[in-house]
Amino acid sequence: MLLRTRYLTQGIAKVLIWIAALSTIAVMILILLQILGKGLPILHLRFFLESPREMGREGGIFPTIIGTVALTAVAILFATPLGVGTAIFLREYTKESYISRIIRFGTDCLAGVPSIIFGLFGFVFFVIYLNMGWSILSGGLTLAAMILPTIISTAEEAIKAIPYSYREVSYSLGGTKWQTVIRAILPNALPGIFTGIILGVGRSIGETAAIILTAGSSLVMPTSLFSPIRTMSIHFYILAREGISMDMAYGTGAALILLVLLINTVAHWLLNRYIRHRV
Amino acid sequence: MKIYLSWFFSILMIFLQIVGCQRSRAGITVAGSTSVEPFAELLAEEYMSRHLESHIYVQGGGSTAGIEAVKSHAANIGMSSRSLLPEEKNLYAVTIARDAITIIVHPKNPTTNLSLSQIKQVFSGKIRSWKELGGAAHPIILVNREEGSGTRESFQKFVMGKEEISLESLVQDSNGAIRQVVSNDPNAIGYISLGLVNEKVKALKLSGVEPDVTDIENGTYTLVRPFLFVFSGEPAGEAKSFLEFVLSPPAQNLLSKEGLVSILKPSGK
Amino acid sequence: MEIQEKIIEKTLLFVALSSIMILGLITFFIFEQGLPLIWKIGPRAFILGERWVPSQGSFGILPMIACSFWVTIGALALGIPLGLACAIFLSEWSPPSVGMVLRPAIQLLAAIPSVIYGFWGLIVLVPLVRNYLGGPGLSILSGSLILGFMILPTIISISEDSLNALPPSYKQGALALGATHWQAIWRVLIPAARSGIVTSIILGMGRAVGETMAMIMILGNAVKMPTSFLDSARTLTTNIGIEMGYASGDHRQALFATGVVLFIIIMLLNSLAIFLSRRRAG
Repeated sequence: MLLRTRYLTQGIAKVLIWIAALSTIAVMILILLQILGKGLPILHLRFFLESPREMGREGGIFPTIIGTVALTAVAILFATPLGVGTAIFLREYTKESYISRIIRFGTDCLAGVPSIIFGLFGFVFFVIYLNMGWSILSGGLTLAAMILPTIISTAEEAIKAIPYSYREVSYSLGGTKWQTVIRAILPNALPGIFTGIILGVGRSIGETAAIILTAGSSLVMPTSLFSPIRTMSIHFYILAREGISMDMAYGTGAALILLVLLINTVAHWLLNRYIRHRV
Repeated sequence: MKIYLSWFFSILMIFLQIVGCQRSRAGITVAGSTSVEPFAELLAEEYMSRHLESHIYVQGGGSTAGIEAVKSHAANIGMSSRSLLPEEKNLYAVTIARDAITIIVHPKNPTTNLSLSQIKQVFSGKIRSWKELGGAAHPIILVNREEGSGTRESFQKFVMGKEEISLESLVQDSNGAIRQVVSNDPNAIGYISLGLVNEKVKALKLSGVEPDVTDIENGTYTLVRPFLFVFSGEPAGEAKSFLEFVLSPPAQNLLSKEGLVSILKPSGK
Repeated sequence: MEIQEKIIEKTLLFVALSSIMILGLITFFIFEQGLPLIWKIGPRAFILGERWVPSQGSFGILPMIACSFWVTIGALALGIPLGLACAIFLSEWSPPSVGMVLRPAIQLLAAIPSVIYGFWGLIVLVPLVRNYLGGPGLSILSGSLILGFMILPTIISISEDSLNALPPSYKQGALALGATHWQAIWRVLIPAARSGIVTSIILGMGRAVGETMAMIMILGNAVKMPTSFLDSARTLTTNIGIEMGYASGDHRQALFATGVVLFIIIMLLNSLAIFLSRRRAG
């Protein structure tokens, strides 16, 4: 009797767990099917290249694509040097010490701050205090703060993965620490760092709450870094909520998903190739 | 070394851009009420197609935020869907159109007409079931705008008076979102701009008066509020040019087509 | 040469402190904007107040705290069993072919923007809840379901890592003693990976408490204290998100004050998670 109960329990557990795993995939497929199903037909070249007309009922989403790209570019531009610099410092210039613990604590905490708090901060600091207004710059800088932890941790992993022999050789040839970093370490860590950048880009694309509060939601083509813009995810949010045009909403959503799919695939392929297998 | 230098120069470039072009975006910012926003965007689109070098950035944020933005010079023009408060009276406001607030329900809802006092009782939570209005025994789902919305303040002023809107009401942050909720829920009731009513929702009559342009113009439909463009002083430059366009017949025609009441026609008020 | 090296080191130190400096800036500005209002009405009135009616100067956020709490509990009720199950599946049971589909699928789940989840919830879940369970559909229940899904990747990936990190001797020992595979998992491996699993749950909680966009779309945002899962309500995050665009003066400060409370809660959760995970790794 006892024997049978054990196997019965295992059987039930197995079934339940299989159901769990399959239903997780199932729901994800449902979500993707719904949006891609209704959205893919909308996607054609004109959709991407035209500007919206008639309050978004017609036309395309070109300005939002530009907005998304510009914002992400600014974010990456600021976050990468800071992130890579931090990683270099942590890995090459210190041991586990008071300073490195503080830095890690800061980074881990920053990673956990919700996006609406970043939005509030960006609003009061960049938009109001520094008087940058709702702009690509305000939004990009806020976004940079949000993706910084991602870049730091990926860069750190990439640098960590480089065998110590590289450094030994450089030092033995008379190189200084900095020269070692610049000539031996960084070039080899570049693919890993690049992965971190891609992951940061992926995160930037989906970000909405913080951007609305810092970059505005203007639908017009931006003319400078100080122009307000609307990103694809904000456009999707507005279209979906207001029911202006469900077609456009689905189309924008599909474009978003495809973009994210692409970036995610590239990032994880890179991750597996350059970081996981180095050691 | 090369990476170091290129980062340095990129940052230098950005810095120069910041220092050199403080707020030098050509064009004007129009910020404020989300009720006015879609119409302002339409007008801006039209204006920019006639004046190719202009840039007009339209932003939401709400009537109050828009007025604040004009005061602090963050925006050139503020959009408001409510009249100015006494402390705002030193700003320069121009009515660019008039808009009615309509009460909407789901198209399948049998109710077609409510009196002002009935609406008040529904929204304050005193009437809770559609049965009390002659419908089925289903709870009434209220949909409200968020605090700070010009539309909500107008609704509060014209309909509720001193009574508070029930705290149980759902809250959505734009006319379009309210319309979405009401169009999907047979038991919902909400209020939106007349200009945004479409075939997905049904607009109720107010004590027998249909919310259409005729009744608004002759004053029988009373839930009417002004759409204002607010300036910090006498309008000048591009802002003045845009204002003049907005008040002109082609622009007003555009607004009429979208369901607003043009200021060019004679009105009862 | 020496001096150049010193300069570079100091510069890098400065750069590396950027994350903690940014954290400091955020803390400073949020508190600077929000604290005055909390003092003005009194912390007790703010946190325990049940009425949020800015036009009358009432700023009580208890309904928001309650809603954040319940939505998170609901999300965990879905996320923990489902997440643990998937983690166990991936770690112990999955045939490699299924694993190759499931793992990227979970990573993709994590990458999908929250507005997409919110939209789907709005189109599919909300009508279902409304038609079969009653209420407006825009409810804590709908929010919990979607949120549960959104935190799955967090719980799954960290739990799976913890399970994989266990020495094989644990499982072999249990099996050698005659346990079934499931008994080995349930009675030996899971308890052993306990701290990692708990960390994943806390991080999932942090993610749930911080979610904004999807919640604005699905919760209905009513301002009243929720009394059932079918009620509409608003979380601390959606309270800020939905009114921030319009607020000024005291109202805006009150929203920052909501941010202060949210920030403190998140910091506590995150510090707990960091503490637990460093202990595990150390």
